[in-house]
Amino acid sequence: MTDPRSGSQARIRQALQGGGGSPQVVPYLMAGFPHLDDTVGMLLAAQGAGSALVELGLPYSDPLADGPVIQAAGQRSLMNGMTVARALGQIRTARAAGFTIPLVVMTYLNPLLRMGLGDFAGQAADSGVDGVLVTDLPLEEMGAIGEAAAHYGLAITTMVAPTTPDSRIRRAGELATGFVYCVSRTGVTGSSAATADEGPELLRRARMQTDLPLALGFGVRRRDQVLALTGLADAVAVGSFLIERAGEGSDPARAVAEAISQLRG
Amino acid sequence: MKDPGRLLVTDPPALGRYGDFGGSYVPETVVPALGELVEEAKSALADQSFLDELSSLLRDYAGRPTPCYFAARLSEHAGFPIWLKREDLLHTGAHKLNNALGQLLLARRMGKHRIVAETGAGQHGLATATACALLGLPCVVYMGSEDIRRQAVNVAKMRLLGATVEAVDSGSRTLKDATSEAIRDWVTNVRDTHYVIGSVVGPHPYPWLVRTLQSVIGVEARQQMLAQAGRLPAQVVACVGGGSNAIGIFSGFLDDPEVRLLGVEAGGRGAGPGENGASLNLGSPGVLHGASSFLLQDQDGQVLPTHSVSAGLDYPGVGPEHAWLNSTGRATYCVVDDRQALAAFHLLSRLEGIIPALESSHAIHQAIGSRPDDGGPVLVCLSGRGDKDLDTVLTEAAGD
Ligand SMILES: Cc1ncc(COP(=O)(O)O)c(C=O)c1O
Repeated sequence: MTDPRSGSQARIRQALQGGGGSPQVVPYLMAGFPHLDDTVGMLLAAQGAGSALVELGLPYSDPLADGPVIQAAGQRSLMNGMTVARALGQIRTARAAGFTIPLVVMTYLNPLLRMGLGDFAGQAADSGVDGVLVTDLPLEEMGAIGEAAAHYGLAITTMVAPTTPDSRIRRAGELATGFVYCVSRTGVTGSSAATADEGPELLRRARMQTDLPLALGFGVRRRDQVLALTGLADAVAVGSFLIERAGEGSDPARAVAEAISQLRG
Repeated sequence: MKDPGRLLVTDPPALGRYGDFGGSYVPETVVPALGELVEEAKSALADQSFLDELSSLLRDYAGRPTPCYFAARLSEHAGFPIWLKREDLLHTGAHKLNNALGQLLLARRMGKHRIVAETGAGQHGLATATACALLGLPCVVYMGSEDIRRQAVNVAKMRLLGATVEAVDSGSRTLKDATSEAIRDWVTNVRDTHYVIGSVVGPHPYPWLVRTLQSVIGVEARQQMLAQAGRLPAQVVACVGGGSNAIGIFSGFLDDPEVRLLGVEAGGRGAGPGENGASLNLGSPGVLHGASSFLLQDQDGQVLPTHSVSAGLDYPGVGPEHAWLNSTGRATYCVVDDRQALAAFHLLSRLEGIIPALESSHAIHQAIGSRPDDGGPVLVCLSGRGDKDLDTVLTEAAGD
């Protein structure tokens, strides 16, 4: 038997590095958005459209790293009654319904602290979560959740940004057990115009410092942006664009599946 | 007064920790900038020419030292002596300028070309806009649309001074949301922008940096009490929003164990969720805006809306050093509600001819009800003046 931690780690690595050609598409979806019960259908639709892995956002009232689209989606999800425990229940339901690709939960520290980091890690692993990314938890503070995650076999994803020096990127690679998330520009999610795209340069620097899969995110909405990262990123995370699509029509699962297919070309 | 504008400079706490509180919980993009800020602030505060420039600005531009005033008629009303540290007389009308001037000099030293700030009551936005005009730097102030409505005069002043005031419509449209939006701007423009946070909150090194810049209040007040009252105060009282005026005045007396330190939180209209701003009294430990402290949150760790008649206390968090002083018992924290603060606002106006800020009015109410055991003097931080609050007070009076 492999230990459960290397299980999640291997699943994530295989999913993200299995593509060969152009980068894998990793959708970011908000649990409980647009409606509380849309999560399971959207997860299955994302898998059906060929996603390698899904990042599932758990809403927080004060998301410092998110732009207007994801802020509004999180606010709506909270108003719909979403909680960490509910989201984990929905993930469990999705697993029972045939959702098999890796799932990484992306959120902020305070809701997890409130539940208790150990309890969260245990319940998440038990519900079928493979990894966790906590946006406001810097490398220096990773210890507490790192221990809990390791104990329950959850992978940890760390973030690096264009402002991160090489020595810190190396540290981010050492602390991560899933993949390293590279933020393409200084800014918040969804901001494609405010600042320059520094993604390719960051990916080149990150590749020198770690062997883990590299996912690039923030501001990606088109197939040509995905193609331009071929050979640089293992995966491209797409959030605000998909959330906009999910929020528009009457069938969010279908809207998300179509948008993912479009991004995959 | 010896050395007006003198600060109490300490080493920053390791990793920004005050016991279990503090730290730095922010997106990776700004982590390197916070590291630089720690180093730059340490070097500036160890540089005599930086300190000299700051203290001459504090004296000649801002009007320090501010007086320590024996409030005779208020004392007679209370039945024991009450002294007021007159931060309301500082240029721009509140203690906030002590911090803004220091951080602007620091921003210039770091070569930053642009300033962002958040504001609640508008006093910190006004102070930052003023310091930016003085140093010729562009300034963007984020302010909740609810606060823009209730603090219209300060908005007009900031615009006169050349600042851009950005309305924030998310969440509760008050200080919490303005702070989040200012941090998002900083995350986006971190390479050329300095974020001037307005209180002893936020990620390390801000709680330490703002405390150091506000310590001028406590350093002066201690000397003034010894010189004018002939003794230390039995008790020091200050209102606590994020906690900068309180830490500023407390810092002068922390090493005097016989001086009781009393912080006053906003009781708003009641103890229920969303009705107050009393993070230490009615909140629980958590992480907000980059620091671990006490905050008002629901059972799922979502931050609650808040209410206070005073915009500057209408905030769900509190500085980590206060959370620590509360847990060690060195300072105690109590709650004063809207109605009590409004009554104190009128009382001080009538008895002393001083119209206090609604924030400071909370401290006034607490002070007159807290007779020290030895009957000794009580020192109140009168953090600001009440001109900005006239609309609110007149509306409240009409509503009663
Ligand atoms: C006059 C006055 N007092 C107090 C405060 C509360 O801030 P702090 O607790 O940081 O002193 C404010 C904030 O705007 C203020 O304007």
